[in-house]
Amino acid sequence: MAERSEELLERAEEHHAERVRARRGRPAQHPGPRAYVRIAVILGVITLAEVWIYYVDSLRFLLVPFLLAFSALKFSLVVLYFMHLRFDSRSFAALFVAGLALALTVFVVVLLIFGTFAG
Amino acid sequence: MTVEEHALEHAAPGHHEARTSTGLDNVKVGMWSFLASECLFFGALITTYLLYRGRTLLANGQPGPTPAEVYDIPFTSVSSFVLLMSSLTMVLALAAIQRGDHGRTRVWLLTTALLGATFIGGQVYEFTTFVNEGLSISSSPFGSAFFVLTGFHGAHVTVGILMLLTLFGLSMGGRLPTENARTVEMVGLYWHFVDIVWIVIFTLVYLIPSE
Repeated sequence: MAERSEELLERAEEHHAERVRARRGRPAQHPGPRAYVRIAVILGVITLAEVWIYYVDSLRFLLVPFLLAFSALKFSLVVLYFMHLRFDSRSFAALFVAGLALALTVFVVVLLIFGTFAG
Repeated sequence: MTVEEHALEHAAPGHHEARTSTGLDNVKVGMWSFLASECLFFGALITTYLLYRGRTLLANGQPGPTPAEVYDIPFTSVSSFVLLMSSLTMVLALAAIQRGDHGRTRVWLLTTALLGATFIGGQVYEFTTFVNEGLSISSSPFGSAFFVLTGFHGAHVTVGILMLLTLFGLSMGGRLPTENARTVEMVGLYWHFVDIVWIVIFTLVYLIPSE
């Protein structure tokens, strides 16, 4: 009886969690292996594009913005899909983004102070 | 009201695997907090590298190797691809254990560890080549910043490999049941984090030119 109640409670909680996710417009299920492979292919193609653009002299003026954009895209794909941040609670995303934002702030401030203003 | 209706009516908000005051899995909160702190750790090392990469003079005042002279982009690109693909095999291991397929879980865990070991092998080769070309951790500020940054990343990958092999051993001994999928998920989060740090290092350290 206790086991049955436990099982029912778990199902109910799962049902509730799915309803909450649906209300927030977040998918309830993690992607399957096929979706993971598709994302890996995209990551591989972006890496190829990064290396290709590195060797194209005529696109030298676009190198830095392109590389930063490609890197941000790869970073986001891994975090959102492989680390499931798109599917999990927003609280985990908030924790991680807070750390990332703090790191980026320190990065920019230190580079500005020591990179730009240093003799 | 049946027991089922009662349970549905009074279900506590939150995830089914977490019965905490926050409704969140405490272990997962701990792991994401740890990863957030690691962002600061690697952020500091990358910043230091960007500040010092142009300072290549040796202690005797002679010009030392510059980033453009020592980096082997095709080689590092292959290493980066290997580490990216290890993220795929890691997430496939998690998907396998979540559906109770322990055979495939072991295959993907071992594959991830082997891909990680391949990456580390590449890093050892790269470090050896650089030292032979006159760039060491103490030769110049550029050398110090480069070896500390990539060395710490390599140490993180090595710790990840040890965790993956431990999971593989547990699974072989039948001590990694489907109920413990969360353990694989936590190791996976760590592994993917190491991968995203390399994504940033590959761009900022190797591909973006210093001048």
